[in-house]
Amino acid sequence: MINVPSTIKIALRALRVNKMRSMLTMLGIIIGVGAVITMLAVGTGAQRRISEQISSIGSNLIIILPGSTTTGGVRMGAGTQPTLSLGDAEAIQKECPAVMHVGPVLNGVGQVIYGSQNWSTAVVGTTPSMLNVRDWGLSEGRPFTNDEVRSGAKVCLIGQTVVDNLFGSANPIGQSIRIKKVPFTIIGILEPKGQSPNGQDQDDTIYVPVTTAQRQLFGTTFPGMVRTIMVKAKDAEQLYAAEKQITELLRQRHRIGPRQDNDFTVRNLTQTLQAAEQSSKVMTLLLGAIASVSLLVGGIGIMNIMLVSVTERTREIGIRMAVGARTWDIRLQFLIEALIMSLIGGIFGIILGVSGSELLSMFAGWPTIVSTMSVISAFSFSGIVGIFFGFYPAYKASLLDPIEALRYE
Amino acid sequence: MALIEAKGITKTYQLGDVEVNALRSVSANIELGEFMAIMGQSGSGKSTFMNILGCLDKPTEGSYLLDGVDVSTLNRDELADIRNRKIGFVFQGFNLLSRTSAIENVELPMLYNGMPAKERRLRAMEALKIVGLSGRENHYTNQLSGGQQQRVAIARAIVNEAPIIFADEPTGNLDTRTSAEVMELFVKLNAESSITVVLVTHEPDIAAYSKRIIRFLDGVIISDEAKAV
Repeated sequence: MINVPSTIKIALRALRVNKMRSMLTMLGIIIGVGAVITMLAVGTGAQRRISEQISSIGSNLIIILPGSTTTGGVRMGAGTQPTLSLGDAEAIQKECPAVMHVGPVLNGVGQVIYGSQNWSTAVVGTTPSMLNVRDWGLSEGRPFTNDEVRSGAKVCLIGQTVVDNLFGSANPIGQSIRIKKVPFTIIGILEPKGQSPNGQDQDDTIYVPVTTAQRQLFGTTFPGMVRTIMVKAKDAEQLYAAEKQITELLRQRHRIGPRQDNDFTVRNLTQTLQAAEQSSKVMTLLLGAIASVSLLVGGIGIMNIMLVSVTERTREIGIRMAVGARTWDIRLQFLIEALIMSLIGGIFGIILGVSGSELLSMFAGWPTIVSTMSVISAFSFSGIVGIFFGFYPAYKASLLDPIEALRYE
Repeated sequence: MALIEAKGITKTYQLGDVEVNALRSVSANIELGEFMAIMGQSGSGKSTFMNILGCLDKPTEGSYLLDGVDVSTLNRDELADIRNRKIGFVFQGFNLLSRTSAIENVELPMLYNGMPAKERRLRAMEALKIVGLSGRENHYTNQLSGGQQQRVAIARAIVNEAPIIFADEPTGNLDTRTSAEVMELFVKLNAESSITVVLVTHEPDIAAYSKRIIRFLDGVIISDEAKAV
C-alpha cells in the first residue's frame, strides 16, 4: 500500500525547497543526455552519408579489370592489357549462379555537342542490365533495349549534369546530340545520383549501347573488347562466392594454366565502403559511449546530493518512521526524488541535444540525424541512472534507526 | 486483558566494551483508557521503556503484548504498521515537518495506510478541530506558536484513532500557561475519547495531571502508585 501520488508530491516539494541545488544536480543529467543525443546524431549522420554513397554506386558490386602488360620488363598498371570481352560478360551472366546482373563497360571521354553548346563527359558503352547493376533508374524516357545493343543503335541516356550543361531547362528527350561527331538520339535521362564516395560527379556521364561504343566511338583492339565488367552479386553473403565463380570462369575462358597468373583482376567494390560504414558505426558507438560517461558523472552528482539530502533530513525520516512509514515508503520517497531529478534533467537534455545537433549541422555543416531511438534510449538511460544512483541514498535512509533519527539535530 | 502487558523487559546496550543495562526485567500492565505518567531522572530508563512500549525499539529480553499481539517478535515493517494504527507520538521538540502546512502534518500517518486523499483531508480537519486549531489548517508549522505546534502534533497522534498516545516530555519546550493548555487537552482526550495517555516527564506538576505514576530508577521500577480519586 504505497501511496505513489503523495510520494511524488513529497518529492517535488523537497526538490522545490532546494531549487538551486536541484537545478545544478539536474544540469549534470541535462548535459549528459544532451551530449549523448548530439554525439549519436553526429555519428548517425556520418553513417547515413556513407550508406547513401554505398547505395549510390550500387550494392554488392564486383568490378573486373583486365590484366597488366609488361613492356621491356616494365610492368604497366592494371587495365593496360585489354583481355575482357562481351563474351566474358555474357558467360558470367549465364554460368555464375551467385551473380545477378552483369554490365560490361567500354568507356572513354568524349566531346558532346548540342546546338551551340558543348561539353566533355564520360561516355560509357554498356548494356541495359548495367542500370540494374548500379541500381540506377531513369527520371524520364526509357532505357535502351538488348535489340538496340545488338544492332548498335545510336541512342543514349544522359546524366543530369550533362542535361544541365547542354540543355538548361529544355526537354532533351528525342533531341539529337553529337558524341565525338557521331549523332545520337537521347531516349532517357538518368536519375541524379550525386557524388561518388571519392568525390566524382556520377551524373556527368552518357550511357550508350556497348556495341555502338565499340564500333563508332572508341574502337577495339580485338572484336567485342570491353574495358571493365561490373557485376552485381545476388546478395552480400554471395559476394565472395561470386568472386570465386567469376575468377574460375575467366581463367577457363582465357585459357590460363594452373601456374599462370590471372590476366584480370576481380575486385569487390562494396567491401571498402562497408568497412567505412562499419568504422563509422564504431565511431558512433564510441561517441555515444564517451558522452554516456558524462551522463554517468551526472548520476554521481545525483547520488552525492541525495546523500546530503538524506543526512539533512534525518529527523524528517525519523518522524515519518514514527508515524508508520515502512522501509519501502522511505526508500521510494528518495528513489522517486532521484528519479524525478534525472527524468526532468532527461527532458531538458533532449531539448539541449536536439537543438545542439541542429546548431551543429547549421553552423558546422555536419550532417546530423537525431534518431527517435537515440532520444528514447538516452532518456531511459537517464532514468536508469537516477534509479541506480538514487538507490544507495534511499537504501541508507530506509535503514535509519527511528529513535536516533528523531534525536538527530 | 490489558492494552499493554510488558513482562520482564530487559534492554542492554553495548557501549564499546561496556554493557549498559538500561532496563532490568521491567514488568508493567497498562489498561485501556488509563492516564499515567512515567517519571524518573535522565538515565533512569524511562525513555528506553517508552521507546519499547511505543514499538520504536525492541527489548533485548522479555515479552511485550500490545492489544493481545506479541510485538517483541515483529520485524521493522510490522512494527511500523503497529505504530501507524495503534500508537500516537507527541515529542518534546514537536517533531513536525518544516515548510509543511498543519493539515499536511496531520495527514502524514494516513499517507502510510492507504487512505484515500479525500478521507485523509476530512479526518485531518476533524482532528485539528478537536485540538482547537480550526482555521489554521494551512498555516505552515513555523508560523505557529509552540503550543499550537504541539497541538498539531497531538492532532497527528489521534488522527488514526490510535488507542494510545505516548507523550515524551510534551511540555518541555513550553511555558507554564501553554503547558497547562496542552495538558488539559490530554485530560480531555482521555476523558472524552478514552484514549490511553502515557506521559514521560520529570516534572511533578505535569505528572500530577495523571491518575497513576510509575517511577524509574537505574532501569527498574521503584514505585507504581495509582492516585486516589
